[in-house]
Parts: sequence; structure tokens; C-alpha cells
Amino acid sequence: MIGRAATGAALIALVLAPFVASPYQLTLLLPAFAYGIALLGLNLLFGTAGLLSFGHALFVALGAYTAAWLTTRTGVRSLEVIVLAAALVGATVAVPVGLLCVRYVKIYFGMLTLAFGMLFYSFLYKFYTLTGGDEGIRVLRPTLVGAPFADLDKVAFLIGPFYYYALALLVAAALLMRRIVRSPLGLSLRAIRENADKAAFVGVSVRRYRFYAFVIAAVFGAVGGTLLAVPTGLADPLLAYWTHSGNLVFMLLLGGFQHFLGPIVGALVFIVLQDSVMSLTAYWRLVFGGLLAVVVIFFPGGLLGLSRPRERSV
Amino acid sequence: MLLEAVGVRKFYGTFCALDGVTLAIPAGQFVSIVGPNGAGKTTLVNVLTGLVPPSDGRVRFKGRDVAGVGPVRLARLGMARAFQLVNVFPDLTVADTIAVAVVNRQRRGARLFASLRGDRALWDEVAALAALFGLGASLGRPARTLAQGDKKLLDVASAFALSPEVILLDEPTSGVSTADKHAIMEVLVQAAARLGIKSIIQVEHDMDIVFGYSDRIVALHQGRVLADGPPAALQADAEVMATVVGRARA
Repeated sequence: MIGRAATGAALIALVLAPFVASPYQLTLLLPAFAYGIALLGLNLLFGTAGLLSFGHALFVALGAYTAAWLTTRTGVRSLEVIVLAAALVGATVAVPVGLLCVRYVKIYFGMLTLAFGMLFYSFLYKFYTLTGGDEGIRVLRPTLVGAPFADLDKVAFLIGPFYYYALALLVAAALLMRRIVRSPLGLSLRAIRENADKAAFVGVSVRRYRFYAFVIAAVFGAVGGTLLAVPTGLADPLLAYWTHSGNLVFMLLLGGFQHFLGPIVGALVFIVLQDSVMSLTAYWRLVFGGLLAVVVIFFPGGLLGLSRPRERSV
Repeated sequence: MLLEAVGVRKFYGTFCALDGVTLAIPAGQFVSIVGPNGAGKTTLVNVLTGLVPPSDGRVRFKGRDVAGVGPVRLARLGMARAFQLVNVFPDLTVADTIAVAVVNRQRRGARLFASLRGDRALWDEVAALAALFGLGASLGRPARTLAQGDKKLLDVASAFALSPEVILLDEPTSGVSTADKHAIMEVLVQAAARLGIKSIIQVEHDMDIVFGYSDRIVALHQGRVLADGPPAALQADAEVMATVVGRARA
């Protein structure tokens, strides 16, 4: 009950934020919304199915590049079309990658996803004509539900209509993921996480369900990547770099992977913290490294682990 | 014939764990597989349940060759298994543990958007199964918090939730206090009768349990069938008893 009340209060605060927060603070929330969506997917893989991917940034980058390609090279500006296309591209790439990766578990799965992430990074970096190389590709301002909002400057667009669009997409993604986690597939994935051998003996197709989780996670990653690219106006290879995947895992641990809203909380706190620490010291990575160590050692359940011990049963 | 093994041999490197085992189990039998350590009991169960393929020979379940098909397909065909060591989903509740088996038996384990919460038929079935195994009061408890005997029962209950025709139990009472052994077996036998399970095959060391519940005993020794018959026949054979139990049963 308290969890629901807190979630409701947080949602109301986010809805009202444009009326009270500064433009800078609001633009800070935009990547958090995007990461929140991507992390909901990553957490289906890790928190629910027990597979830790170190290459999830691949799909975030795919989403960003899909937005870049469509807006700059095909003239498609509708964000709804871009999001759907990104989801499709994410799923398409996830099929062969997932088929290979889910044959393995634990560190081997993690390393294989990392390898595919870096493979994609190299592709983005080297295939200049297709990807823009190290410069990346610009992401032009999309239309939202058919409206171009041409009268608004960039900041006004981002902290106005785009802010609410991204928030609505985050809420929709969270509701969709909640449905998935509470579905028979979600229950089967939790069984796989707990004891894959036993799961197989009660009829769970372990590898197949892991594959489904991988593809779903990729779709969420790609959709998140699309939203991430709009405020920056750029899709560049660093989005697929392994440190970006590492940041995603850090956000997950920070928020608490055993909790449904942990990924969203982790994304919000990470972005705000990163901004604060970066403004204080050039050694912000050092601070974040120490923070990660503290979280893992003293608060393995993340921030939400401090309030509630574990996930609820179906 | 429900389950058949014909000339099954299993090698691990050069070691022969099963050497030409032939076994036919019809419906309606409670079969115990006994033998000293290293006789090949667990290997035989692993081969019968498709966990490991035989090096030679055939395993047929309801007339189909099931050698090495794997546990998921066997579960769908109607064969379930519970393990020697407690094998549960530690963080899943009792209700969720049984529900996993039920939804996958119903072939809807991969459904994405179906809500489990409002599925009254599912939770009624889960509650009935849990009650059958004396776990009705523990539905909301994570499996890791159960007593050892209850964990065993939960493991078996989740196998029974598949509504199998045959169930293979690898030492169902191992790690359980002597006082609890018969209670577990009673629950198990009654549940099997209630759920219409056609045949139970168990590997068991405790000869009191073996002689107390079996219709038929298969004694293995060094990977071969040493004796196969009703308990009385086995008890009457001093040589077999000496090999299997190390002494003649009084």
C-alpha cells in the first residue's frame, strides 16, 4: 500500500515538475525516462530471468541510430513510427544475438553479450557511410502524435511536449512490463532464475523462455534508446560502448534489481547523481566506482532494497 | 506397457554404469529400484527420464522412443520426476512453485499478457494440490523457509502438478527424519491415488520403505538387474538380500 502511494506521489510529482522545476532540471529527467524504459527490459533479463547482460547498450544504440536514420535519411519524423521501427529493429537484431547468447549462462552469457555490444560498437565506428563513424548521425526533432511544435524552440519542445511524451511512454512501458512480469512467462522466468534444472522438470522450456526474455529486453532497450537520442540530437558509437552497458548495470544495482520499480529509481538517481558529482569534480568516475562498491557490499538490494526486502509473489 | 527399457547400456568413459538393463513397467505398479552404492540406480532413473541418453538400447514411454529427449518433452508426454536432493525454487512461494508446473502443463507458460492474479481456476488447483501434500497453510511462504520434509513434499507436489502418468522419485525420503519418512510416503501414495497417477517408480535405500510400499522391486548390482519381482520373492532370496542390503532381512 505504501509502495503504491509512494509510486502515485512520485508520478504526480513528475507530472507537475514542469510547473515548478527549472528547464535544466527537467532536461535532466529526460535521459532518466529513457534509461528507465531500457532498464525495465534489462531487469526482465537480470532481475526476473537471472541473466546479466553486459551488452544491453547495443540495443539502446540501435534505438538511437534507428531514430537518427529515419529522421535524417528517410524524412520520417513521427516519433510513434520511430519508436515502433526501433522496437522492430531491436527485436530483429535480438533474434540471432539472443539465439546464440541464451545457450550460455552466468559469466559466459555476460561475456557473449559484451562481445556483441563491442562488435556493434566497432561496426558503428568503422562503417562511416552507413553510421557516420565517430561523428555519429544527427537526430532531427520528431513530431509527436503528428504535431511538429515548430513554434517552440528546442528547450521549450523538450521540457514541454516531449517531456510528457517521454513520461507517458515510461508509464506505458512500466505497465506493460508489470503485466509481463506477472504473466505465466514472468513466473516461468522467475522459476528459471531460481533453479533452471528443476524448472525444466516441471515443463519449462528454459532456453526458449530465456530467448523470449532477451528479445523483450532488446525491444525495451531500443525504445529507450530512441528517447535518449532525441534530447541530445545525436546517435554516436559511444552509445554502444561497453562502459555504457556498465552504466546500465550500475543503474540497475543502484535502484534495486529485485524490485519492479528499481530500474526507474536507479535511472533517476544515477542521472541526478552523475550531474551533481560531475559539477563538483573531474574525478566523477572515481566517485561512482566507490559508490558502486558501497552499493554492492552494503546495499545489495539497491535503494529500494532498503524499503522492502523482496519481490512479491504472483 | 507404460515404460520400457530394452537392453540399456550407459558408459561414462570406459566405466559401464548400466549393462543391458531390460525393464517393463505396466500401469498400476509401485516399483522400487534398489541396490548398493554404484549399482546404477540413479543412472537408470536419469536414462528413463531422458536426462541422459543411453549409450545403447532403447527407452520407450507409452510406445514412443524417449531416449535422451529431455525433461520438458517427457513432462509433456506425462512423466515427472522428483530429485534425491531437495530441489525447489528457493525464493518462489509454495503457491508459485506449484503454479509454474500447472501453467506449463497447460502449455501456457510462455503467455505474455495473461494475468495470473485473477486466474481463479489456477489458484484453486494450486491450493487443492498444496492441501493434498499438507502445504495448504504455507501457500504464501517462500520455499526456502520451509522445513526439510516440507521442501521434499513441495518438490514432489510440483512434479504431481504436471498430472503425470508416471512419476520417478529419487530417494523421496532422503534427508528426512525417520519419524517423517512414513508420513511423507503416506502423503505421496494417497496423492498419487487421488490424482490418478498410473505408476510410481522410486529409487530408495530405506528397505522398510521399499518393502512397505512396493508392488515390485528391481534390484541392481554393478549395472545389471540382479532380481526383479514382488517384495516377498526378494525377501526370500538370501543371496540377493545380502548383495542389496548387505545382510539378510530378518
